[in-house]
Amino acid sequence: MFYREAGDFKTSYRDDSQTFPIRLDRMGYYILMFVAFLVVPFFINDYWVNAVFAPFLIYAIAALGLNILTGYAGQVSLGTGGFMAVGAYASYKLMTSFPEVSILIHIILAGGITAVVGVAFGLPSLRIKGFYLAVATLAAQFFLVWVFNKVPWFYNYSASGQINAPERSVFGVIVTGPNTEAWAKYMICLVFVVVLAWVARNLTRGMMGRKWMGIRDMDIAAEIIGVNPLMAKMSAFAVSSFFVGIAGALFFTVYLGAAEAGEAFGITKSFLILFMIIIGGLGSIFGSFAGAAFMVLMPVFLKNVLVGGLGWPTDLAAHFEFMIVGGLIVVFLIVEPHGLAQLWRLTKEKLRLWPFPH
Amino acid sequence: MTTTTDINADSYVTADGRTIGPVVMDMKNITLRFGGVVAIKDISFDIREGEIRAIIGPNGAGKSSMLNVISGFYKPQEGEVWFRGEKRPPMKPYQVARQGLARTFQNIALFDGMTVLDNIMTGRLNHMKANLLQQAIWKGKAEREEIANREICEKVIDFLEIQHIRKTPVGRLPYGLKKRVELARALAAQPSLLLLDEPMAGMNVEEKEDMSRFILDMNDEFGTTIALIEHDMGVVMDLSDRVVVMDYGKKIGDGTPDEVRNNQDVIDAYLGVAHD
Repeated sequence: MFYREAGDFKTSYRDDSQTFPIRLDRMGYYILMFVAFLVVPFFINDYWVNAVFAPFLIYAIAALGLNILTGYAGQVSLGTGGFMAVGAYASYKLMTSFPEVSILIHIILAGGITAVVGVAFGLPSLRIKGFYLAVATLAAQFFLVWVFNKVPWFYNYSASGQINAPERSVFGVIVTGPNTEAWAKYMICLVFVVVLAWVARNLTRGMMGRKWMGIRDMDIAAEIIGVNPLMAKMSAFAVSSFFVGIAGALFFTVYLGAAEAGEAFGITKSFLILFMIIIGGLGSIFGSFAGAAFMVLMPVFLKNVLVGGLGWPTDLAAHFEFMIVGGLIVVFLIVEPHGLAQLWRLTKEKLRLWPFPH
Repeated sequence: MTTTTDINADSYVTADGRTIGPVVMDMKNITLRFGGVVAIKDISFDIREGEIRAIIGPNGAGKSSMLNVISGFYKPQEGEVWFRGEKRPPMKPYQVARQGLARTFQNIALFDGMTVLDNIMTGRLNHMKANLLQQAIWKGKAEREEIANREICEKVIDFLEIQHIRKTPVGRLPYGLKKRVELARALAAQPSLLLLDEPMAGMNVEEKEDMSRFILDMNDEFGTTIALIEHDMGVVMDLSDRVVVMDYGKKIGDGTPDEVRNNQDVIDAYLGVAHD
């Protein structure tokens, strides 16, 4: 009943174009931030951070990145796993080559390196579109993983072919390596997520986002009104790969600790993140989070219900989990092809009129 | 400056008091071929500052191709395009747009996934200079620019009377309103030359009246130079200062509506001519 704009007058264009135009939304956002930064870190333990929060936050970054490319700029990519691998291996090489530099800088630089690689593999998008571009990016996926397996320089000639994150700290708090505490893992991911989500929101609401969406909705018209398609597509690939690279770097340094390209960043990862943005909602920041939450939390939830609640054997539960998650994806896409973000939007529109819908 | 009503002078005043200036866009001997098909054959005409210039002709005459040549989408095999006294080098369409050309399309080319406001704001893109980093941070230059350009867009929204659909996604709008939003997007660019490709196609009488009013007001209040293609002869003859008539890729008439109306070639092209 109180969820509406009535009485919440906007007197400037700045007010009118803010992210949360409805007061209740704004309050919800502040409360969420308060809980995320000042409550959760004090209660979090290893199980929660490793099973839920770290993967959710890191996948959310990757989903944001892919959503910028696919949801906003309309360029389908199946190379997300490969680009995450670039981020991971870049951060590994930087960490081992320059141990005295802060890991935060390394992670951001890893994002930058991934952006450059992303632009290089995005060049075909100027000529090819749609499914064909998806196939071209698939080549990036396989090529990058192959390179990281075949060239020993990337994994510092280690016998196992694996990369291992050395121990690093930020402001005296250990954030990588086996001695990391749960809250530190959580906080570093959270800070990156919040900052990057803010950046994504800023880019997508401004002229950059409009150029991307113009290219997505009608590229010829966009070009005729003045969008340079080269710049628009390449900037989408760069920004998207930057996000995905940071996600890959965090995934390896903070979450996994040790990784091998083919296993950790294979084609399944590309599909997983693509599913996230399709289920969450293409072209929506909220959708990236919703999709990441769905794909991370659903298996955990089902496992707890099936194994913990019903007492099924673990292997049986694991197989059922696949079937149920797969089935749910299909159901969701039939019920709402535009994803969770659209469901959320419709709910909000209904709420605004409630209890007098006519 | 002396005021004259002589249409051949460097600048003259029309009967309704608008000043028509010197030539802005001069097409010289344009020939456009698609393989063996000659779409435009050796056509020359000019567009003068502040005027409403119509291009008419039967279907397939090459009108839209002509517009596409002006907006840089097609590259003519022969001929020159002169804009503001300079010969235009080969350019990409987005570079042409930066010179101050805006256009609408025969079959609406709006961005369906975006709101009306966002669509109109895209029209401002050549006026917004914040770089990627500034936009990522938002506070500062990007936000200031956004608000300043929003004000210009709001003026256009007021002018075209589409305030009520500002935040509606374009995909949900009916045809007539989409046409108007597309006009708003082109107008928001504050173009020095506005190209309208069949702005009244598929409209009912009332919508046509509205659209005609907008075109006249645009020209009158903002001094926008307009080149338009239209099939409705009543509209063309009432709105335009000068008319080019095309048929089978050739120019068969050029002049004021009255001259064109009495041109024997034009009458033949539209009504057909007895072959014996």
